[in-house]
Amino acid sequence: MEPNDPNFRSGKVPVVHLRGAVALLGRFPALAGIDLDVDRQRIVLLRGPNGAGKTTLLRTLAGLLPISSGTANVLGVDLVTDRRAVRHRVGLLAHETGLYEDLTVSDNLRFWTKAAGADMADADAAMARLGLDGRLRDVTVGRLSTGQRRRTSLACLVARRPELWLLDEPHAGLDKDGRDVVDELVRDAKAAGATIILSSHELDRSIELADEIVTLSGGVAIENGGGNVL
Amino acid sequence: MTTENTGTGNVANPDPGPLSTGSRMTGVLGGLCLIALGILVLFGLFLSPADSNQGDAVRIMYVHVPSATVAYFGCFLTTVGSAIYLWKKSQWWELVAYAGAEVAALFTALTLVTGMLWGRPTWGVFWVWDARLTSTAMLLLLLLGYLAVRRIDADYEVRAKRAAIVGLLLVPNVIIVRQSVQWWRTLHQPPTLFSDGLGSKIEGLMLFSLFTGFIAITMVFVWLLIHRFRLAWLEEQRDAQGLDAAIFERRAEGVPS
Amino acid sequence: MFSDAWLIAAKDLRLEFRSRVGLNQVLPFALLVLILFAFALDPDRGLLEKATPGLYWVAVLFSGLLALQRSFAVESADGVSDALRLSGLDPAGIFLGKVLSVSIQLLILELMLGIGVAVLYGASISGWFLLIPTVVAATVCIAAAGTLYGVVAAGLRVRETLLPLLLLPVLAPVLIGATRAFEAALNGTPSEGWPWVGLMSVFAVVYMVAGIFGFGPLMEES
Repeated sequence: MEPNDPNFRSGKVPVVHLRGAVALLGRFPALAGIDLDVDRQRIVLLRGPNGAGKTTLLRTLAGLLPISSGTANVLGVDLVTDRRAVRHRVGLLAHETGLYEDLTVSDNLRFWTKAAGADMADADAAMARLGLDGRLRDVTVGRLSTGQRRRTSLACLVARRPELWLLDEPHAGLDKDGRDVVDELVRDAKAAGATIILSSHELDRSIELADEIVTLSGGVAIENGGGNVL
Repeated sequence: MTTENTGTGNVANPDPGPLSTGSRMTGVLGGLCLIALGILVLFGLFLSPADSNQGDAVRIMYVHVPSATVAYFGCFLTTVGSAIYLWKKSQWWELVAYAGAEVAALFTALTLVTGMLWGRPTWGVFWVWDARLTSTAMLLLLLLGYLAVRRIDADYEVRAKRAAIVGLLLVPNVIIVRQSVQWWRTLHQPPTLFSDGLGSKIEGLMLFSLFTGFIAITMVFVWLLIHRFRLAWLEEQRDAQGLDAAIFERRAEGVPS
Repeated sequence: MFSDAWLIAAKDLRLEFRSRVGLNQVLPFALLVLILFAFALDPDRGLLEKATPGLYWVAVLFSGLLALQRSFAVESADGVSDALRLSGLDPAGIFLGKVLSVSIQLLILELMLGIGVAVLYGASISGWFLLIPTVVAATVCIAAAGTLYGVVAAGLRVRETLLPLLLLPVLAPVLIGATRAFEAALNGTPSEGWPWVGLMSVFAVVYMVAGIFGFGPLMEES
């Protein structure tokens, strides 16, 4: 897991650096020249109306979508030329589950953990943390509730220990306990050195959690503010 | 593929680009095609003699054999164009591959039809499972597969890349199919169950007619290829324009702060 | 690349084991095809017996298509394709893993179908020395070409009709070759069958190479 950019290693360059980045979904510019800087070990909340580009931004930072113009650096990797290199270093919690519905919870955890080259012990710990050990371990994902599936996806992310967490509405679909666990995990990850960017419509809880707030609209960031300013 | 406006247009009035696929060169070429076709008709239908065995049906060969040849050449273009596109992301070559496949499909169909028209008076049936006809039918199916992928409803990069992989494998597939069909039909049977349409002793005016057929069909192929290429080019340019306008509108969605 | 391949193959086989789609749906379909042939060709006039090698391989091809469709259907649900891209798995390894898992499923299918034709068509089986390489070569051909064209069609709305259109003309030489090799084996003239095994081997190599290099680019941009 070596960062490419020597400046990144020394912590002088932000984890995320975007300038005028344009990302196209077909012919539609979902990101229309966005500027964004995120430093290491910060928790950033993305908010904005539906269709503003929050999900697209998260997927672009994960290296899934190409940048058609502008500058984009994530974890020292230039996304314009080599976005595939950043993928195994980030963890994305998307709207979709990213799980095989015909396999059990523990099958999925084992597969995704091994695929990422992570330690099985971390997978077991993640399952325990998210309340998935015990009875739920051997239940097929197709039979789980939405909240339980969300927890499983989150466990797969946690087990990989990524440097950058990209969470698309992590509180959605979870009960209060689940949301508390998410907040704890985010704070623990920050303490362990990771950077977290999350989007949410659950503003009260998320604003408490975040160090900074970025408001997106029309494919660009129209406001960057500290977490305590409302 | 980063998109750029093609010239002097601005956000409100994008550059319209050329309005037709014709040009001086294709006009001249088209005229020569007509002349060549005229000569072909003259010699093929009137001045050359009928064959001693097949009668007048041999005249179809003057179109059938060149059609098959240019069809295979079109496939070759598709594979080469696909390879270069995959290697260098050159849209020009990708469009050559696409146009080549479409025109090749046209001439493959023509080969099949002329083959069947020749077969009826000669063998008494419209179709036999001999190696060449069967291979040609398979060629058409392979081309239709490539074209189906190229025409899916998706962005250009998605279409082009997937079609290019299929196109790259087109020539290897054709070779393997031809080889297997040939072994299939000739290993257990006399080598010429149905004799080659033209035999081995073609000469004189018949040879000249065949030669004219090659020239004419090849020229028509090139003419069609150029037009089809330009048409595809225009289609892609039209789709790619308007990015600046789209960005402008997108940002305008934003709530003023 | 190879460890990723094992991981993917194990996952696919475990998935098949848990969902049992192959056992419950693909295999009955294969047997159904054999029975339909009996309806179409009068079983009393010896047509079925003479045509057995060809009918066998046609049944394998059609059932193989179902198995391939299934293999890709599981990857296109629920954001799994994104997760695979993010996982850091080597695309060539994913290709090989899928080829391996499809091959294993095909081999089981072919074994069952072999028993099926022996029972239903009264075919007697001989010439093992040629039969086995033929089956192996044909299986790898179908799995490799099927996985490559499967990913070309994957994620598209039209994938269910596109995959057969792409794959069946390409696999025609495999049908011809495997049938002729089977006929040669059953007729006691194996020397005529070996060239076909050679042709299928070349085919398999071409598609394995194409898949190893092409799978990565094709996994992008679903």
